[in-house]
Amino acid sequence: MAATGLGHSHRRRRGLPATPSWLILPLAVAVALAALPLAYVAWQAASVGWAGATDLLIRPFTAELLASTLELAVAVTAGSVVIGTAAAWLVERSDLPGRALWRVLVPLPLAMPALVSAFAWLSLTARVEGMAGSIFVLILAEYPLVYLPVAAALRGMDPALEDVARSVGHGPWRIFGKTVLPQLVPALSGGILLVTLHMLVEFGPLALLRVETFTTAIYEAYELSYDGAAAAMLSAVLIALCLAVMAAELLLRGRRRFSRAASGAIAPHVPARLGVAMFPALAGLAGLIGLALGLPIAMLVYWLLLARRASLPVDRILSSVGDSVELAGIGAIVTTAAGLFLVLAAFRRRGRAAVLAERLPFVVHALPGLVVALSLVYFCLRAAPFLYQTTALLMVAYAILFLPLAQTALRPAVEQVPPAMEEVALALGRAPWRVMLTVTLPNILPGLGAAALLVFMQLMKELTATLVLAPTGIRTLSMELWAQSSQMKYGTAAPYAALLVLVSGVPAYWATVQLQKRRDRA
Amino acid sequence: MLRQAVAESKTLNAPALLVQGLAKAYGDLPVLRDIDLAVAPGDIVALLGPSGCGKTTLLRLVAGFDRADAGSVALAGKAVADGPIGGRGCWVPPFRRGIGYVPQDGVLFPHLDVAANVGFGLSPGGRRSGRVEAMLDLVGMTGFGRRMPHELSGGQQQRVSIARALAPSPAVVLLDEPFNALDAHLRRTLCAEVRTILKRGGAAALMVTHDRDEAFSVADEIAVMRSGRIVQRGTPADFYRDPVDLDTARLAGAALQLDGILSGGMAETALGRVAVRNPYDVEDGPADLMLRPEQVVAAESGEGSRVTVRHAAMLGPLTWLDLETPGGAVTLQACWLAAAAPVIGSEIDVRIQGDALVFPRNLDGNRD
Repeated sequence: MAATGLGHSHRRRRGLPATPSWLILPLAVAVALAALPLAYVAWQAASVGWAGATDLLIRPFTAELLASTLELAVAVTAGSVVIGTAAAWLVERSDLPGRALWRVLVPLPLAMPALVSAFAWLSLTARVEGMAGSIFVLILAEYPLVYLPVAAALRGMDPALEDVARSVGHGPWRIFGKTVLPQLVPALSGGILLVTLHMLVEFGPLALLRVETFTTAIYEAYELSYDGAAAAMLSAVLIALCLAVMAAELLLRGRRRFSRAASGAIAPHVPARLGVAMFPALAGLAGLIGLALGLPIAMLVYWLLLARRASLPVDRILSSVGDSVELAGIGAIVTTAAGLFLVLAAFRRRGRAAVLAERLPFVVHALPGLVVALSLVYFCLRAAPFLYQTTALLMVAYAILFLPLAQTALRPAVEQVPPAMEEVALALGRAPWRVMLTVTLPNILPGLGAAALLVFMQLMKELTATLVLAPTGIRTLSMELWAQSSQMKYGTAAPYAALLVLVSGVPAYWATVQLQKRRDRA
Repeated sequence: MLRQAVAESKTLNAPALLVQGLAKAYGDLPVLRDIDLAVAPGDIVALLGPSGCGKTTLLRLVAGFDRADAGSVALAGKAVADGPIGGRGCWVPPFRRGIGYVPQDGVLFPHLDVAANVGFGLSPGGRRSGRVEAMLDLVGMTGFGRRMPHELSGGQQQRVSIARALAPSPAVVLLDEPFNALDAHLRRTLCAEVRTILKRGGAAALMVTHDRDEAFSVADEIAVMRSGRIVQRGTPADFYRDPVDLDTARLAGAALQLDGILSGGMAETALGRVAVRNPYDVEDGPADLMLRPEQVVAAESGEGSRVTVRHAAMLGPLTWLDLETPGGAVTLQACWLAAAAPVIGSEIDVRIQGDALVFPRNLDGNRD
């Protein structure tokens, strides 16, 4: 089956034009930027020499970081898988009362940026500080990433398969284990890889909750000395971890086609009867939503009500909103434009450069934002110091980090314009640049807008790269939230947290759910 | 206007499309080898072959969407491509070739209404001249100008696509599997219609298809492609009478293959001596023969060859028989009037009526 898939894509590519030479240069720039973190690590290692590098690398501290980072990643992933899968099964396959409502509520914690929920919990009790607390808070933030694909897979599964299993005498647990679970593997593995990768590169919430992982340790080392080799050597280990996860994802991505449900209408599933188990199930889901969503919202409201009595620093908050919107706005435009370029290139050409343009983002999205930012600082100070702490440099970081998102969002839009449509226009006598303006762009415009919006919302809550690279005097919402809550000024931090939820979290939730719906229909 | 263009190219005596020595490989994989093809003004030629035989590649080379490794393409007597990329030959990009192109599924511009789609290839003046309406009339879509593509059925979209391709009066229209996305019934009705439209429009047409019925019902002549070559070109009658091999023979109907020893205009076969026609001048000796089932007829008892009836399938007035010589060395198909059909298991005497065709040998060897 995999072989047929390959053969097909080979056929499809055969008819496409080869990569034109004008594409090579921008691609080379993209590759160079993506390779920057690796170059940074290599350069730093060279500057301290082999012995120095191994001294920095092989020491108990690294082992501790490795242990804590892996502990966090494994625990949060496992927790998210258990909670996400159980919730998905309850909502999609059981006779739980109020399923329509749960379907909205269960993924809703996506609207709560992890930084905000970390802040909210921390402002309630210092007991969430440390590894156990972080695992708890982050599971609550991450489980929707498992829930959404698994719920979609459960919905899309052909019930006939389970009927067949039932007809040969399998009981409900055996059916779940032998029939349902194997079909969930693609959805589950996608979710698992996403959560794991998040945990490897997560920074803000972990710093707030005072957990020492690679990211926080790298940031500390960087704060101590601007281009310390220590930060670079830790980055090397982190990059290796991330690339390993990414390699696993690429392997799975290649095989994922198997799981496509057959086309045609699918009969509705007969919901499993919970019986008395309904009550603990309801309590469990309610508790989940309460902890993941209710409590952070309650804390925000509490702090805002308290703050109302004091005078709110309105000017400061507005200027922070302005900074966020400005940076995210420019970033979204730059990133979407770059993404469009690469998607167009990859989609209608064949040859190695095109394949590279297609694959590059999947490598890049495994790179930790902090390391990308540090490597930009490092090279900027050496090659173009005048760019340091300019918006331009920050935009480069944004583009590197969010290109994958832009490309993923743009791909469906670009697929709306098959190469044949452009060829018809060519045959009818329009020159290529006019075809681009009068046929291609008008047809991908809606998708272009949606992609830019998606990137914008993610950029609004970006913290790590902004923290390292933002021009002096710029203070975005997340920077303010981070700064204030690091100093335990929870009342001052609350307005920024609430605004972050409103301007970034809620639209991001909406966009993700829409995207999942579109995938369901496809 | 169209008629005039056609008349002009006719007076110039140049084919609307002339392809010479065209070759193309993707990497090490040759896709087209030494293709020669001419389409006369106003003629409809179908490229018929299985998927992967290179027919779509040939169409794309003619359109200019891709470049050949060798060979030339001329449209209405003017060379538009000659030799490979970087060679010294000429190269006219697709948007200056003046061809009509009808892709699979029609592919209308979804952001433009039907009239704007049809007028896409016209100058602003041409769009106002009534040409758009005339084209919509031609394809039977009068009054649909303001509709958007998504409001049309698949067949209507395909008709608009053809109107769009014909509007700028191209000398050649290229159709790439134009009926692929349509259901079987619509396909049949649209095939006949498209032929009428193309003939009325007057442009020469080159149509790619893997469907024999489509090719036979739309085209004047069919070029059968296999493994990057055109193996035979002709009318349906040519394929019936003088196919170059068994596969080509079967395009035009059921065919039987028979081994024989050729000598002096006759062949010795398991069914006795049969007369042959030998248009490909095959030398005496062992040869492949082709018969049509209706050539196997009943013989007077004791005169022909004795065969056993293995199977009989009645299809209305005719019954198809599967016959077998003693020992099962040769199996035959024959076609009897249902009223006179023998029963399964019985033995009958048959003889060959008319002459058998001698296939050219080593065609496969030549194909390498």
